[in-house]
Amino acid sequence: MNALMFGWEFPPHILGGLGTASYGLTRGMSLQGDMHITFVIPHPQGDEDQSFLHIIGANNVPIVWKETSWDRVNQLIGHTMHPDEFFHLRENIRYDFRRIGTNEIGCVDFSGRYPNNLMEEISNYEAVASVVAHAGGFDIIHSHDWLTYPAGIFAKNISGKPLVIHVHATDFDRSRGNVNPQVYDIERRGMDAADHIICVSNLTRRTVIEKYGQNPAKVSTVHNAVEPLAEADKVMKTPRKDKVVTFLGRITMQKGPEYFVEAAHRVLQRTKNVRFVMAGSGDMMNQMIHLAASKNIADKFHFTGFLRGKQVTEMLAESDVYIMPSVSEPFGISPLEAMQVGTPTIVSKQSGCAEILNNAIKVDYWDIDAMADAIHAIVSYPAMYKSLHELGEEEVNRITWESAGRKVRAIYDKVLGWS
Amino acid sequence: MKSICLYFQLHEPMQLKRYRFFGIGTDHYYYNDFASEDTIRYWTENCCLPANNTLLEMIRSTNGKFKVAFSISGLMLELLEQYAPEVIDSFRELADTGSVEFLGETYAHSLSSLYDTNEFKQQVKLHSAKIHSLFDLDTKVFCNTELIYSDEIGEQVAKLGFKGVMVEGARHIMGWKSSNYLYKHPYADLTLMPRNYEMSDNIAVRFSNWGWDQYPLTAEKFIGWIVSTPAEEKFMMLGMNYGAIGVYNHAESGIYDFLKALPYHAMMNKITFATPSEILANNKAGDVLSSTEPISWADEEKDLSPWTGNDLQGEALQKLYSVGERVRLCTDKRIKYDWLNLQTSQHFYFMSTKHFTGNSQAHTGQYESPYEAFMNYMNVLSDFLQRVDEQYPTSIENEELNSLLKTINNQEQQIAELEEEIEKLKAEKQEPEKEIKKAAPKKAAPKKAATAKKTTEKKAGEKKAAPKAKK
Repeated sequence: MNALMFGWEFPPHILGGLGTASYGLTRGMSLQGDMHITFVIPHPQGDEDQSFLHIIGANNVPIVWKETSWDRVNQLIGHTMHPDEFFHLRENIRYDFRRIGTNEIGCVDFSGRYPNNLMEEISNYEAVASVVAHAGGFDIIHSHDWLTYPAGIFAKNISGKPLVIHVHATDFDRSRGNVNPQVYDIERRGMDAADHIICVSNLTRRTVIEKYGQNPAKVSTVHNAVEPLAEADKVMKTPRKDKVVTFLGRITMQKGPEYFVEAAHRVLQRTKNVRFVMAGSGDMMNQMIHLAASKNIADKFHFTGFLRGKQVTEMLAESDVYIMPSVSEPFGISPLEAMQVGTPTIVSKQSGCAEILNNAIKVDYWDIDAMADAIHAIVSYPAMYKSLHELGEEEVNRITWESAGRKVRAIYDKVLGWS
Repeated sequence: MKSICLYFQLHEPMQLKRYRFFGIGTDHYYYNDFASEDTIRYWTENCCLPANNTLLEMIRSTNGKFKVAFSISGLMLELLEQYAPEVIDSFRELADTGSVEFLGETYAHSLSSLYDTNEFKQQVKLHSAKIHSLFDLDTKVFCNTELIYSDEIGEQVAKLGFKGVMVEGARHIMGWKSSNYLYKHPYADLTLMPRNYEMSDNIAVRFSNWGWDQYPLTAEKFIGWIVSTPAEEKFMMLGMNYGAIGVYNHAESGIYDFLKALPYHAMMNKITFATPSEILANNKAGDVLSSTEPISWADEEKDLSPWTGNDLQGEALQKLYSVGERVRLCTDKRIKYDWLNLQTSQHFYFMSTKHFTGNSQAHTGQYESPYEAFMNYMNVLSDFLQRVDEQYPTSIENEELNSLLKTINNQEQQIAELEEEIEKLKAEKQEPEKEIKKAAPKKAAPKKAATAKKTTEKKAGEKKAAPKAKK
């Protein structure tokens, strides 16, 4: 089976969880053997792992027919796309996109990020999709997240192939209810046009059904998974006197950092030898520093600033407790990463990942007492730490992208009527 | 002629309330009375009352030929006294028929048989006394919490004066042996009475299972199975949780009708009913049955894993029983009450990660997960340990504490004794005083002091030696 996927991020150049999930899912699906995936992203750098799928850079797809030579194309985009493919795609330009500013070979540039002219990039991406769709060679279309829904719809209309959309998040999660009408409109049209909707959690599925008025029969949940950690055995935990409780993520409203500070305050009133770390950065960081100071716990409450790559793994491994008090989290992959290095984890019940984790503590994000109690239990009762440490790691290692991939495949088969 | 020996275990714990760690050291009340009452009322209305009435009716209509035994924990009896005294009356009525036997067990439905021998003895005695005071009956056969049993426990049970003990007919200790015989303890004077778990589970577990190939189970079919056992097998022990009647198998499943129909079909096939004591009296123990490792009636494995299988349970139990000696020294009624309630086996069962899949709360009680059960229990236990520690600091060795305590407890008696002595001496001296007026009191005083010191020392010494001798 050939699938045409539209995505926005792909490792190693990622900005959030979307890229990680795209990579994991496609890799998991490629293990099925007969699954051939073409993955379109706005702006590949050429160092993406293409061993199990084929990547098309939207910025290499000609949308306006311009006369050029093989050598010139090779010179310009050879590091990310073979010129032969370029010329094959050029044959499939059917519409007049001259209104869009293109370069000398007829391609449009993409930032591949989330720039201010995001809406413009989305519509340019749609234009690229038309060319790719006309080129054909796929049985099903799969769009990841709202940015790519218009492209998916266009491709579906051109090719007549069924469209599956993958909801990694909705605007209700991002905005805590104050949705951007423009974004909502794009999301809603994507969902209406889709033959099937895949959500990353039952929580998101409910949002899609209730807030976007979708037929529950065409909405399924396929939980995310986590890639096995290559150096899981190498991570070390330095023995120290004080226990470390960590919050790691963007310090924004969606992640509920203030509940973490409040819980820290409760714990510190009764427990010694605990330190709290807020790792990451975000628009609420200064507010949190003030809050910690006003609670008079600043001596035990630390900020690390933004962590990247290996630092994240190290921070997680050095912690005794990892906590994610997100107010609304479609899935939330970082608790799984913490559990991979054996760190006991507390997640809010408003996180999608809470649906699949048993050996993690689950609390309501607003229930500061429960959160404080859980932190206290893990740092004070050795058996609690040990059980969560061992069973958590064991559990998370059983959550694989391969099985998530099989679920997606089953949905493809159903949509295509092949099963 | 074959006999059926039917016995039921009945225990529901006092539920712990949600106890956050902020409460440690300040909040000493641990229970959710509302939920406990609710549970007890539920059991009363769905199981205890209707089931008791059914059994009573069966006994009366068969002129006392239908017999049954109960193993009810002391704490359960307390809860019933508090929230459903009519159930106690109903059990009394059953006891008065003479066809009902009450079995011995631990007062708190605890795991003390595994962790604290002294506590075990005390609880069994306490329970026997409770049964005696309520029903005027003596306990002769022992039925441990969840049928937990090992050779060692058997030895303790024998020492406590029981002649028989209920054990699980677990395949790994029975081997080729049939569970429908009595067996001997390898060295103690005790008869083992194995439960026929397949037949018991046919009622307790499978009765309302539509997927079972023998569904529906009728009394006729059930008695038929008993008839078809070899002629040499004279009895069958059927033990289950009392909840099998009305709670785990709802009234709508027909469990009551099944029960009512049993005596008729049994008598048609010349099968009688017997109490455990009668089984003991009428049958001889044959072979020796030994279990070096503890067994229970749980699951397929028939081991202790649901209560002691993981680290959480290990830590909780170890912490709890570390203060056993101390709690037994103390006289504070509230501490004693909490001590018993905290020992109830269910608290540990809720911490089991064995069956935990996250979807069902069947095994975690009022908690969402084993971790939550553990957290809550440990918070309560931490407060309890603090209270015990406040009474008797852990910095003092148990034995030293013991001797000090006895000195304190006996001091009034000692003072009385000494005063008496003074009186005596005074009386003695009054006569010589008349003759030698000045010297006498001066001499007497140091003497008294010396004697007093000696007695104290002597007594303290004796008491120090006493616990050692016990061990």
